[in-house]
Amino acid sequence: MGKSVEAKDLNIYYGSFLAVEGVNMTIKPKTVTALIGPSGCGKSTFLRSINRMHENIPGARVEGRLELDGQDLYGANVDPVGVRRQIGMVFQRPNPFPTMSIYDNVIAGMKLNNKKASKSELDDTVERSLRGANLWNEVKDRLEKPGSGLSGGQQQRLCIARAIAVRPDVLLMDEPCSALDPISTLAIEDLINELKNDYTIVIVTHNMQQAARVSDFTGFFNIEGTGKPGKLVELDETKTIFSQPKQKATEDYVSGRFG
Amino acid sequence: MTGTGLEAPASTTPAVLRRKGSLPRWAPLGILAATAVVMAGVAAATGSGVGLWAFLTAVVYAVATYTTSRVVEGARKAADRLVTVIVTGAFVLAMVPLVSVLWTVIAQGWERFDVTFFTNSMRGIVGEGGGALHAIQGTLIITGLAAAMSIPVGVLTAIYLVEYGSNSKLSRAITFFVDVMTGIPSIVAGLFAYALFTLLLGPGVRFGFVGAVALTVLMIPIVVRSTEEMLKIVPNELREAAFALGVPKWRTILKVVIPTTAGGIATGITLAIARVIGETAPLLVTVGLATGVNLNPFDSRMATLPVFSYYSYATPGVPRDPFLDRAWTAALVLMLIVMILNVVARLISRYFSPKTR
Repeated sequence: MGKSVEAKDLNIYYGSFLAVEGVNMTIKPKTVTALIGPSGCGKSTFLRSINRMHENIPGARVEGRLELDGQDLYGANVDPVGVRRQIGMVFQRPNPFPTMSIYDNVIAGMKLNNKKASKSELDDTVERSLRGANLWNEVKDRLEKPGSGLSGGQQQRLCIARAIAVRPDVLLMDEPCSALDPISTLAIEDLINELKNDYTIVIVTHNMQQAARVSDFTGFFNIEGTGKPGKLVELDETKTIFSQPKQKATEDYVSGRFG
Repeated sequence: MTGTGLEAPASTTPAVLRRKGSLPRWAPLGILAATAVVMAGVAAATGSGVGLWAFLTAVVYAVATYTTSRVVEGARKAADRLVTVIVTGAFVLAMVPLVSVLWTVIAQGWERFDVTFFTNSMRGIVGEGGGALHAIQGTLIITGLAAAMSIPVGVLTAIYLVEYGSNSKLSRAITFFVDVMTGIPSIVAGLFAYALFTLLLGPGVRFGFVGAVALTVLMIPIVVRSTEEMLKIVPNELREAAFALGVPKWRTILKVVIPTTAGGIATGITLAIARVIGETAPLLVTVGLATGVNLNPFDSRMATLPVFSYYSYATPGVPRDPFLDRAWTAALVLMLIVMILNVVARLISRYFSPKTR
């Protein structure tokens, strides 16, 4: 577990509109990489292209290479469903399946794919994943209750448990804390710190303090103006980005003197 | 709450915040009672009927409420009360025919609402006695067949439109024609089915399945529309959550989207069944009527409740009364079946809807 991701001259389109242009990026295994930048600069779009969720939007497509440990994810014979089984994702708004119990939500990745597993295996997976998501102690007595009865922060950790239950190589997080209060945010940030022992994590965030707190590397995306494509301006170690970035635009953004 | 509400408000309140007087809680009912009594007098004096009395009461009540409130409470409250009167009036007006139909059917149908009605057919009956067993069975068989054909087609069409169509030309065309189909008069659907089977099997064929086909034509658009609306309200985030777990699209639809909205879909289907089960015209053309039990929908005529009711009433035998009684009871049974379907729909939707506790 924990593989590297490498983008080479990646162009991402919505129909004929070029949304993100020329991304070259190497994400090292078992690190946390934060993507920051103003709204509409393409960081979420880039994130969603890593597990090929981007192409679910009609007309959306990607050019260039995206590699997972050297394996091209956009190759002609690559099944996007297979890609998503290796690269998990956590969304901005917690989205547990409302028809399923907490238990079933955690093993949804197996259950929905009709993977045969014994009861004890499933029990182990549920406990491991919920412990991994720091939720076990809060829900262990009510696993059969619906997942939508939990608080927002708990739901988001349930979604993280669901994502890590299928043991992905990479975990993508699209502003996972933007709908949460500071305490739940702290819980998730602690969790990210633990998860990087096993997983490669890419997180999109609008909160620069969060990027500074949780990430090893930070990538800054920027956009020159409306209608122009977003670009990766700079990717470096987080402390370098926040103390002595090489680009003027990055410095303006992280110091709040943007625009 | 206490006092008349007419006394002057405390002078310390600034003018903007100051409340005008308010009518006591009994005022609307009081004015209504007074108006009704006065109008009853007017109606008695002029010798007009109940209809005119009700109409006059409503109009005078609206005017009286508005005027009183305007004087005491001011323009905003008065408008509020006037609109309340209008909305309530519209509701009462809409309820009158409903209650009237319900009352008439129960009162008239009660006469023959007995065991014989549910255990006997009309075979060999000329006068009293007899029942609608054959018609009840026929209605259930034909509607069941129609449901068995239109539910898969309708639900799958809706799934295509919402999940796969993505506003393509084909999906827009389907949506358009489904809308057109919704407006087809039921007799046209009946003639279509009749013509279709005449072409296939020669003139004059009448059997249950033809009626089921006619009902299917009427039912499919309803099922498509209701299912489509239900699928549309499933949040896209749930689909994305499943996709992100590496679940293929068809499994996502089957195991996430449909279960999430199963209650709504089932309700829509049940209401669609309730809608077509009372159809008379297409069955009159395609199935006709029989006096005895016929459980084979692919051979010869079959009785159905609406057609049974219609024929008993339109062409009664001699003596007339047993036929008329049976017609009303058939209508009552039909209404009960629809009511049961509605209750079932509610239970299904409650059972399937996602729970939060």
